[in-house]
Amino acid sequence: MEQTLRVKRYDPENPGSAGYQEYTVEVTDTTTILDALLTVREEMDGTLSMRCSCRASICGSCAMRVNGQAKLVCKTRVNSVAPDGETITIDPAGNMPVIKDLVVEFKPFWDKMRAITPYLQPEGEVPEAEYLASDDEMVHLVGVVNCIQCGACVSDCTVLEVDSSFLGPAALAKAYRFVKDPRDGHQKDRLGALNESSGVWDCTRCMQCVEVCPKDVNPMGRIMAMRDLAMEVGYNNTSGSRHTESFARTVKKNGRLDETRLAVDSMGIFNIPALLAEAPVGLRAIRKGKFPWKAHKSSEPNKVKRVFEKIEGE
Amino acid sequence: MYQHDVLIIGAGLAGLRAAVEAARMGVDAAVITKVHPIRSHSNAAQGGINAPMTDRGDEWEGHALDTIKGSDYLADQDAVELMSREAGDAIIELEHMGVIFSRNEDGQLGTRRFGGQKVARTFYVGAITGSAMLQVLYEQAVKLDVNIYEEWFVSNLIIEDGACHGVMAMNIHTGELHMIRAKAVIMATGGAGRVFEPSTNALICTGEGLGLAYRAGAPLMDMEMIQYHPTTLAGSGILLSEAARGEGAYLLNSDGERFMKTYAPDYLELASRDVVSRSEQTEIDEGRGIDGNIHLDLRHLGRTFIEERLGYLQEVAVEFVGIDLADDPIPIRPGMHYIMGGIKTDVDGATEVPGLYAAGETANVSVHGGNRLGANSLLDTVVFGRRSAVAAAEYAKSAERFSSDESMLQSEQARYQALLDRPADLRASAVRRDMGESMVAGIGVYRDQNSIDAATAKIKELRGVYSRVAVDNKGKVFNTDLMSAIELDYMLDVAQAVCAGADARKESRGAHFRTDMPDRDDENWLKHTLVYKDGDGSRVETNDVTITDWTPIERVY
Repeated sequence: MEQTLRVKRYDPENPGSAGYQEYTVEVTDTTTILDALLTVREEMDGTLSMRCSCRASICGSCAMRVNGQAKLVCKTRVNSVAPDGETITIDPAGNMPVIKDLVVEFKPFWDKMRAITPYLQPEGEVPEAEYLASDDEMVHLVGVVNCIQCGACVSDCTVLEVDSSFLGPAALAKAYRFVKDPRDGHQKDRLGALNESSGVWDCTRCMQCVEVCPKDVNPMGRIMAMRDLAMEVGYNNTSGSRHTESFARTVKKNGRLDETRLAVDSMGIFNIPALLAEAPVGLRAIRKGKFPWKAHKSSEPNKVKRVFEKIEGE
Repeated sequence: MYQHDVLIIGAGLAGLRAAVEAARMGVDAAVITKVHPIRSHSNAAQGGINAPMTDRGDEWEGHALDTIKGSDYLADQDAVELMSREAGDAIIELEHMGVIFSRNEDGQLGTRRFGGQKVARTFYVGAITGSAMLQVLYEQAVKLDVNIYEEWFVSNLIIEDGACHGVMAMNIHTGELHMIRAKAVIMATGGAGRVFEPSTNALICTGEGLGLAYRAGAPLMDMEMIQYHPTTLAGSGILLSEAARGEGAYLLNSDGERFMKTYAPDYLELASRDVVSRSEQTEIDEGRGIDGNIHLDLRHLGRTFIEERLGYLQEVAVEFVGIDLADDPIPIRPGMHYIMGGIKTDVDGATEVPGLYAAGETANVSVHGGNRLGANSLLDTVVFGRRSAVAAAEYAKSAERFSSDESMLQSEQARYQALLDRPADLRASAVRRDMGESMVAGIGVYRDQNSIDAATAKIKELRGVYSRVAVDNKGKVFNTDLMSAIELDYMLDVAQAVCAGADARKESRGAHFRTDMPDRDDENWLKHTLVYKDGDGSRVETNDVTITDWTPIERVY
């Protein structure tokens, strides 16, 4: 069958010509989007630039947007996104500057990887043989080491879209790999650094990274786990950590969330500048009738409390 | 001006291991690579890395013997001994660097079995061992602040007075051509799988490292030794790791029979790769295939086991052919996978060109001889990557000066410009496909004089039309079209050298199985073939295999 691809073109030597170009290629049930793009590049138009290499979802070169969502095109079959032969739109990965056509500048991506001290830092005496560790701990890490650093998560991260300083899902998943490595001796320092601004607390939990990851690395889950670990080792002095605690405290008490309390607790009651900065939000909420003057209460707060006690008891 | 004491071309496992060693030695070393290091094809190695661990009663001699037998006695035994002896330390070092190898119940490194070996001595990370190792070596390079030219394409060597003094390379981002001077250069450019079609290899495995060294006067050794991996997907040629069979998977013919019992009664599915691939091909040729394939059956291993130990295989099966390995067997066939041949080096990576070193798949030490054992390639990269850096750094200390000749850059520029100026005619991709299919047809699992002659003639014809290859893309930035055309130039050299080696070796040994000369001939052919570039053609010489403790005997699995 025939399949039309609508491919975003950009040539820095001729920026005026930027736009979409359509190509129609022959495909079968097993043709991947990469196969189709390679047919374009090799048989129709050698001016198309893209990165690709292994064709087997292991090198991480070919993440791009397919119909608006980041995908590794070598492992995406054409018929999985266009079962009835609909035109497929291909854009370069997002959140990174475009170099040419489907090639983006990965430097910010690699710089963030470098920022998380991306190597094992064992402490103490180096054993003559291997470090002893349980297979479970190692198998657990395979889930993260599975990350091929393709940048799909970074492409579609909604925080990076508005705040380019955020370390981002890929670098944070990589950080988790060291935080949880039983051989690493710097867990607390690592968590301390990740607890800072642009770190684990800047994720909005939108799930995009989990959704688009082609290797099931679950970056957001790793970020959430590191929040817990950071609080466990005593990093409680962040708005994120206070937010988490206030959230749990008020729900436990009233059976429902107390938004007012949450805002104040998260900023810190004596943090006047931050509270003042939030004031316009509060005023707008009052105007829209969304400011609860009195905390809502569940009709059966005791049931909620028992849920808490059960979980805390475990 | 760019200059370094040691310049390493390629950032796969051999290149990065060399870079880490050079950095530790405190020499000014840099790595130049056409893709980001993490994208290098070492990441596709799945099953594991072999090492005899003497502390657990596995003596190095056992691994050496299996490797030598696997090589069909073509490996140089002094080199194998060295690799087997250094293997244990190499694994421990990788573990200390951070590789998350799987463990046993005692928390020590765990092992699985691999082909051609009775001892389980393959260390692994699920089915992503290469990727896991590559990440860690890159981490170490970051830690040591190694200078890396990322996305730079090396298109020629600087050769002056017969010695290598650096490279000429294009910055892919700008299209600008530069000289990068070096006192010593280490070629770590990996394999040349794309010279064949299909192949398990990535699109970047175009083998220009082999071509560059060949043109500089270094001989390519045993190039006829092309490994066809027993389990690759039809069509795309995508690899399914030997780890499947290592963990107990079966190979079945159309009668549902484990046919390997006929060919290798003792080792069955875990005989050497050349043996298994030939057995599969015979089954297919004699009408016991399934649509030209063989079935790889993992069903009895169970879903949990498959997903935990062989997760990447399951991913490939589901995504690429829609088969759940826990429910159905998967059709596979032999596919071009690895090149045992390569730039001839000594055990320290030195080639016959002063200042030029080589390590990893692009080199031939030779430790793999006529057939490489599964999980020995990763070992080769780290052992000889390290050794080549030590030797190159030593050489650089004694080398007097950097090259100062600028004229070579102008002729290289002219070469690029000629391609850019040529009006549309032949596409590099069309020539490459033609070359690849001819190579698989002529230098396949089975070959004979007719098939070798046909491939030789085809490559000669394609070399003749190369001057008509033109590019669509005339731009500077990220011009992969131009790169492909230059890569093709070197691929044709590699293809020609493979044909020359295959033509020269008048016997069957390892992966080189000639149906017209089916026997191994130790009397005349315990020899390496050395292909030298000679004008437009080549010249083949031979060199005796180094035999130390292991006398060649009949090879039975």
